[in-house]
Amino acid sequence: MSDLFSKFDDLIALREGLLSTGVTDPFNLVMEKVESPTVAICNGRRTILLGTYNYMGMTFDPDVVAAGKKALDEFGSGTTGSRVLNGTYVGHRAVEDALKDFYAMDHAMVFSTGYQANLGIISTIAGKGDYIILDIDSHASIYDGCAMGNAEIVPFRHNDIDALEKRLKRVPAGAGKLVVLEGVYSMLGDIAPLKEMIAVSKANGAMVLVDEAHSMGFIGEHGRGVAEAQGVIDDVDFIIGTFSKSVGTVGGFCVSNHPKFEILRLVCRPYVFTASLPPSVVATAATSIRKLMDSKAKRNHLWENSKRLHAGLRQLGFKLGTEKSQSAIIAVIMPDLETGAAMWEALLKEGLYVNLARPPATPAGMTLLRCSLCAEHSSEQVEEILGMFAAAGRTTGCI
Amino acid sequence: MTDRDETYAKIFTLIEPFNKKGIDIEPGTRFAQDLEWDSLTVMDFVASVEDEFDILISMNRAAEIETVDQLVDAVRQLESER
Repeated sequence: MSDLFSKFDDLIALREGLLSTGVTDPFNLVMEKVESPTVAICNGRRTILLGTYNYMGMTFDPDVVAAGKKALDEFGSGTTGSRVLNGTYVGHRAVEDALKDFYAMDHAMVFSTGYQANLGIISTIAGKGDYIILDIDSHASIYDGCAMGNAEIVPFRHNDIDALEKRLKRVPAGAGKLVVLEGVYSMLGDIAPLKEMIAVSKANGAMVLVDEAHSMGFIGEHGRGVAEAQGVIDDVDFIIGTFSKSVGTVGGFCVSNHPKFEILRLVCRPYVFTASLPPSVVATAATSIRKLMDSKAKRNHLWENSKRLHAGLRQLGFKLGTEKSQSAIIAVIMPDLETGAAMWEALLKEGLYVNLARPPATPAGMTLLRCSLCAEHSSEQVEEILGMFAAAGRTTGCI
Repeated sequence: MTDRDETYAKIFTLIEPFNKKGIDIEPGTRFAQDLEWDSLTVMDFVASVEDEFDILISMNRAAEIETVDQLVDAVRQLESER
């Protein structure tokens, strides 16, 4: 009998090799207590959280928590059903209404996770004979949506407008075209030149989908994302987003002005063939989304945090993923996995949690220490974080 | 030189910058096993082939191409369909 698991042998060896050095497993951390959006207890130690995607710090907002408790009392712990059968409660409609208001768009469709939103929308709207042109650094959920459908998949070099245009022009005449972009790319925290890319896409007759998972609530005048900030949101056909970052719970969505959008509720399999979100989750999401509409002061503070951390880390001598801070993500580039794991552990001992990211999630084989800031990090905490990076960097010889 | 030889020669040139191990390239050389290219290298290489011949090689199509010879055939077919 051949062992079906032998295909994982290289990864098992890599993992065992790393752990045999005595380093704490960076992919097996347990949070014993969570005190706030920015502080948890890990291994008995008070730890500042700098790798949560909890950009707007809504997870402990009193109104959000109260809405969840009320829904739990009134509607129970779960729907036990699909959105198209017994799984649509008033709360599901309410959160879709909140999204329509937030984005000022005609339609909103809520999925059980952000991953499923990309999986469902992309695999359903691009079919056999259609072409999906996507940035090569796209998130796994976008690639999986492509793999699940029957369209021709054509990647282009990251953020390269010419490479996109060339490929659009090579698509056979008459074929349907979907261009898939992200507002913020989560590995390096860089943003896309959406204004130029959307113009090129429209000039070549393509529909455009933008994943704004990492910009919602933070970037743009109303927190609608990078497309809003660059003044091109009206030219975007589909925006994909998530509740598991700025919104502070779990779930995913697509908003659109396409007149036929509602038909997707009947044909999109990752929407139909799964249970809907629990009532408490949609209640917290709806409350959070409505509060995010009016969070300008928090957005400004988050920008301050991002700029300060970027400048401070650069001053310490770390190599960063972007020249300037472009989002709430600051990626510190490590020379290799061993150094990255050692630095990650040293930071944890200092009392700081960041994400260790490695291939295949990262571009160009990079190992990254990815920091995501929160609007609830105080300016003092950011200075404390820089002190921890300085100490851990010296301990591990990174700086 | 036949047209096919010409395509082969062009692809040979395009492989060189990615041939970090200095493997001798033959028609039967396999990209993944012999050249040990990872998926990112493959995507970069495919992009350079696309630009050289002004064609699209979708990921679906690329997944079926294992050897240099198969790539030459695929490029020639895609050129003829253009």
